[in-house]
Amino acid sequence: MFRYVLSRIGQSAAILFGVAMMTFALLYVVPADPAAQVAGRSATHEQIESVRHEMGLDRPLPVQFGLYLVHLAQGDLGRSYVQRSPVSSLLMARLPATLLLLSAAILAELAIGMTAGIIAAVDRGKMADRLIMLLAFVGVSTPRFVMGILLLYLFSVELGWFPIGGYGTASHLVLPALTIGVLGGGWYSRMMRSSMVEVLNQDYIRTARAKGAGEGRVVLVHGLRNAFLPILAMIGIDMGQFMSGTVVVESVYGWPGVGQLMWESIQEIDIPVIMAITLVAAVAIVVSNLLVDLIAPLIDPRIKMD
Amino acid sequence: MGATPEQIRVLRLAKRHWLGLSGAVVLLAIVAAALLAPELAPYDPNDQLADGISADGSPLPPSHEHLLGTDLLGRDLLSRLLFGARTSLVIGMVANGISITIGTLLGLVAGYVRGTLGGAIMRFTDLMMAFPALLLAIALSAIFQPSLWIVAMVIAMVNWVHIARVIYTETIALAERDFIVATRALGARPVHVLLHHVLPHLLPTILVWSTLGIASTVLLEATLSYLGIGVRPPTPSWGNIIFENQTYFRSAPWLVFFPGVAIALLAFSCNLFGDALRDILDPHEIGRVR
Repeated sequence: MFRYVLSRIGQSAAILFGVAMMTFALLYVVPADPAAQVAGRSATHEQIESVRHEMGLDRPLPVQFGLYLVHLAQGDLGRSYVQRSPVSSLLMARLPATLLLLSAAILAELAIGMTAGIIAAVDRGKMADRLIMLLAFVGVSTPRFVMGILLLYLFSVELGWFPIGGYGTASHLVLPALTIGVLGGGWYSRMMRSSMVEVLNQDYIRTARAKGAGEGRVVLVHGLRNAFLPILAMIGIDMGQFMSGTVVVESVYGWPGVGQLMWESIQEIDIPVIMAITLVAAVAIVVSNLLVDLIAPLIDPRIKMD
Repeated sequence: MGATPEQIRVLRLAKRHWLGLSGAVVLLAIVAAALLAPELAPYDPNDQLADGISADGSPLPPSHEHLLGTDLLGRDLLSRLLFGARTSLVIGMVANGISITIGTLLGLVAGYVRGTLGGAIMRFTDLMMAFPALLLAIALSAIFQPSLWIVAMVIAMVNWVHIARVIYTETIALAERDFIVATRALGARPVHVLLHHVLPHLLPTILVWSTLGIASTVLLEATLSYLGIGVRPPTPSWGNIIFENQTYFRSAPWLVFFPGVAIALLAFSCNLFGDALRDILDPHEIGRVR
């Protein structure tokens, strides 16, 4: 147990080190001259050189990377080329809105996907099953921005049920969360279906039926409990999908989160902000995968820790 | 007139996979439309038509003259969509081709050589998996200032990871099979074994992933273009048509609806076709429940 936890944490730490190395390279090594970009277009040669010295870009690369790591450990993500303020404070200001949207989107996706998947598994081979599986394909094939704009047009412009973009009340949250949930839900319904079908073929389900448990109880209590684990693991793996989703959906709905900050930074080619968001997302993915791996054995004792 | 057993087999396959078959038909139709764009397009896609815009300067809705309406600059939307299909397909094929090649090569080497080199390659794929593909693609595009080819390269750079992992797993399993062990025992060189004995067995997998890969490539290109860092206007791409026109979506929803449907239709048909191919080529897929 202890060794399992330790080795998983070690692996995650190694990946995080690699992630930092890659963002460092993309920030300071690959672009032509970061100092010139920071100094601005009208800067003289001397000004550029002084910025280069200030940023430590005239030092050997390993030293620069060491400093980058020290800064990261202190929560310093660098400065925006455009707004001149620390990236970390820009990010922190946007984080709450994104976390709210992210949780609502995951809940919506799970609710839609699991319901559809359970119906498909119970009705296996019948009309409902085929329809749900076909819709799942439509879901993974439709770009989120298209779905977002169409839902916005239908429910806000035409029907007037929800506000046209913005932030503040629960009704602002419905469409952005649904956009991610409806499309991703298709994928989860496929996962849920195959997981549930497998569980429903197990001996303990037959036993439950033989002992007189009603079909609803068999599926929703005995089945769901056991079929849920692959779904949980999937959420960890899918964290990147959810984050990509919020970037796109936030720019469609004008949701003032990290995604919109990303969109603004793209328009101004503010590379430090873009790289910082990418880095934070990668860290979140590594940590959420680690958590899933650590939690899974607690939920299902059949999972060996090795 | 009796059908030969072979014909019966093909008919059965077609009946069971009618969805995949219709996917293939739609895909072919889109390819044909892209190839014939100069013949089919009623107008020049970049021509800002004087009568393509209303008196108060807004785009025209679908009509007889403009089947799918016009955009904010008075250009014919159908013509732009037809030429945009070329952009999407070219990027889809180039980016997908590069990522499949990189992924296959790295997966093959890692799975066959194992050891330090193989380990290093697989750790690198672990590292790539930690980044959300879209965000990494955004970062790369921002750094490299995209043109059509850079966009294709960026998409290839983030998309090769999954195929590399699949090929790696299959290569490991193949390398332990008797016929490979025997070939090696006869003194065949590793490159010969890989190209002539391992690779042919991986072709079905590569074929399936190439088809599914077009869908994910097209979606990624559309999203990058929608965010304004993919293909640059005036070159039409389905994503940047929506990017250019999105401020008009309330009064002119067709400018979002038609390109959006085009993107989804292309990705949908690739997904259906790829899924059917997987079914046909690999009936023993592990974990598949019927």
